[in-house]
Order: sequence, then structure tokens, then C-alpha cells
Amino acid sequence: MASTIRVRASNSGDTTEVQALIQHPMDSGYVKDAKGQVIPPHFIQQLTFEHNGKAVFLADWGPAVAKDPYVKFSFKGAGKGDDLKISWVDNKGATDAITAKIQ
Amino acid sequence: MRVRTILLTVAAALSTAALACFAASAIAAPDTPDPVADAKAFRKYFTDKFPKVKLEDFVNGPYSMNEDMRKQWKEKEEFPPYEFALDAGKEMFSKPFKDGKTYADCFPNGGIGIRQNYPYFDEKEGKVITLELAINRCREANGEAPYSYVKDEMASLTAYMAFTSRGKPMDIKIPNDPRALAAYENGKRYFYTRRGQLNFSCASCHVQSAGEHIRAEVLAPALGIMNALPIYRSEWGGMGTTSRRLVSCNSQTRAVPLEPQSDEYRDVEYFLSYVANGLPISGPGSRP
Amino acid sequence: MSMIGNMALATALLVSGVGSALAATEADYKAALAAAESAEKDAATLRNRWTKTESTLAAAKKAAAAGDFDAAAASAREAEALAKASILQATSEKTHWKDMEIR
Repeated sequence: MASTIRVRASNSGDTTEVQALIQHPMDSGYVKDAKGQVIPPHFIQQLTFEHNGKAVFLADWGPAVAKDPYVKFSFKGAGKGDDLKISWVDNKGATDAITAKIQ
Repeated sequence: MRVRTILLTVAAALSTAALACFAASAIAAPDTPDPVADAKAFRKYFTDKFPKVKLEDFVNGPYSMNEDMRKQWKEKEEFPPYEFALDAGKEMFSKPFKDGKTYADCFPNGGIGIRQNYPYFDEKEGKVITLELAINRCREANGEAPYSYVKDEMASLTAYMAFTSRGKPMDIKIPNDPRALAAYENGKRYFYTRRGQLNFSCASCHVQSAGEHIRAEVLAPALGIMNALPIYRSEWGGMGTTSRRLVSCNSQTRAVPLEPQSDEYRDVEYFLSYVANGLPISGPGSRP
Repeated sequence: MSMIGNMALATALLVSGVGSALAATEADYKAALAAAESAEKDAATLRNRWTKTESTLAAAKKAAAAGDFDAAAASAREAEALAKASILQATSEKTHWKDMEIR
């Protein structure tokens, strides 16, 4: 099955810029469907970016984050060819993870 | 009696009447439609009004009108929100129908790089055929149920097909057939006709108020407005079809929308695409 | 000139919305509803219905179902006025669309 995570990590000198697009409905639990029934909450609760086993970006998300979230950040201390591991856990206990090479 | 409702309607009518008078031309309209002259005048209106905007940039809608929005959009394009719809569209496009055929068998050039030729006027049938209509006809010809014109599947498919035509100039033809001219004229009439309780025509927003704000949005210019469709709208949280946009524009003026792919909708798409001939396909687009 | 067309629209709206000071009976409501629905049918033929007309018709029916014939009749009369305004708009715009045309 295709990963829900698309990631691009590019290194320049000391800084690595990371962009990620994650496919997830991110239902807040406040929206009703066409029949008037509440769509149950279904959103990512924790998102982690790890380099060399250390978390370089940690997000604790809630219902305010919209569908198919996009994340962009930079961090220091990595180099080209290093691995970057991205993983998430949602409120239903589902998870996904991917490892990408820093370009 | 709801005096307030009536008065609001009157106020809307009178204020738009004032705008209409301002825009009215003293020149009498010609008897036979002249699409070539129309397209030239349409282009001139926008290039005169926005002299700093490059002609091919009008297809980027609000981003050609507002620098701050443009910056944010450029950043998003590095990692566009429509990637998932595009991939889904590509997958759907290659998947064979129950009878073994694919979309490639229905379209010229296997359906790749042809979006800029739609809509076209079918002389056998005597009507305008849009890409969405052609897709559903392909499905039905091969024993598959048609897709809703306003939902995800049609949006993903047309997004993929538009993507294969990115950068190609819009290339709409009006054959020398009075029915084609009538369809073009019908589309033009629809574009400029006021509708809904708010008494707006498409032109009210996209000609007279192009580049201005409507609540928190910046209005796209009508020149090249079809070139970016289908669009991923953040407001929709996903990719939406041309049909969906036309339907929602209608309800936004408080007009009861017509059926997707109605004559008027196909004809207005024909008119707007024709007057944008030469401008590049920028679809699938992304909008706020 | 479209200014005249829109003045006619305004007059029609002001004239048509006259309400009644007496309590409305179910018969009054039914007559008002019939008139409104007939006008809306004409608007539909012209392919120029307003969403506001539809919601006002729905409100009239809802009030009638609850037994409030005063409100129901008033809403039905308002719906008729709105439907007639939409018909006037379609008729006027048959020629006045050219006022907006870029030439």
C-alpha cells in the first residue's frame, strides 16, 4: 500500500529543510455529514521526524489541523545521504511511517 | 411583510444598476457574433486594466492580482496540495474498464496532452462537448456507470488530464457552423446575465471587480479563468471540477444552480475558453 | 438602459409585498401558496429561480404544518414576490445583459 507520507528533505551546508505532505482526513469531530450526523473525530495526534534516532520535530496535533496537512521546517546537524524517519499516530491508533534520504 | 428582505433586494438591484450604467458602452452590438473581435476586446480590457500583469499570468487567477497571495502560492507549488488527487487521477486513467478498454481508447493521442482542445463543438450532434462530458461518454460507451460531475473521481481524472497539458496554449475552435456560433453566443450571454437574488452576473465579479476583494477572497480575472480548472480549493479541502465551480458560483449569487453539464454551463465554458485562446493551461490549479 | 429595468424591478418588489393586517386562515395560506408556486414554476421555465424563493416557500409550508397560518401566509406572499422578481430579472436581462458586455 502506498505511503500516506510524501517528504522532501534537502540539505545545504549545516541546514536541512524538510517539507512533508501527509494524506489524512483530519476530521475534527465537529462537522456533520449530508444526513446531519456528526462525522466522528479522526485526526493525527502525534507526528515525529527523527534523525539518528533523535526527534528533530515533534507535533502534538488536535482537531484544528485541516485535511492533508503540510509541514515545513528546518533543522541543523544532518548531512546529505542521512536518513530521516517520519511517523504518525492518530486518535484511532492507526500509524504510518516512512524513511527518506536527505538530498 | 418582510420589508427588510425586499429593501435589501432593491438596494442590491440599484447598486448593481449603478455599476452597470458605468460599464455600458455607447456602441450598438453587432448583429452577427464576431468571436475574433470579442476575444480581442476581452483581452484588451484586462491588459489595459492590469498593465503590469503578463498576459500568460492571468491564468493564475488571484495570484496574478495580489503579490502576497502569489508568494504563498509559489511556496505551496513546491509541494502542491493536489498531489494526491493527481496521483489518484493517473491511476484511474490507466485502469482498464470491465470490457478491457481504457480512456486512452476514447481520446485522441491516448488522452494525453489534449485538454487544451476542450470544449469543442460536435457538428454531428450540434452541441458543445466538454472534457467532463467526454469522460462520462467514454465510461458509458464501455459499460461503466458515469461519474458525478461534482465529486472526487471526475475531479481527479480531469486534474490528471489537465496536468498532461500544462503549459500548452488553450486552443478552442468555433467551426463555420451557425449552431456553433449560437452556442458561443449563448455562453457569452450567460456570462454577462445577472442572476440570483444578489443580481450578479459572472462579469460582476470577474470583469468589473477582478483583483478586488469579496470578503476574504481576491477575485480572479475572467481572462483565462478556465485554464486553471479543475482546482484544489483549500475551502473545499480537495480537488473540485469545473461543474462544481459553476454550480457553487450560481448558489453564491443566490440563484438555484442548473444541472451540471446543462447547455448554459457547457456553452459558458466554450465562450470563456475561446476568449482565452493562446493562454497556457495551468491546471490543476490550487486556490484558497 | 438597465437603470430603468432595475427601477421597474424595485417598484415591483415594493408593490408586491403588501401584507394583511387581519389574521390569515388556512384558505388564505393555500391561496397564497398556490400563487407563489405558480410564479416559481414560471421562474423555473425561465431557468432563473432564486434560492431565497425556495427557502421562503419551505418556510411557509413549515409554518402551515405547525398551524401558524399568519406566518405561513406571509411567507407565501413573500415567496410570490421573490419569484416574480426573479421572473422580472430574467425578462429584463434578456436584453440588458449587453450592458455588461466587453466590446
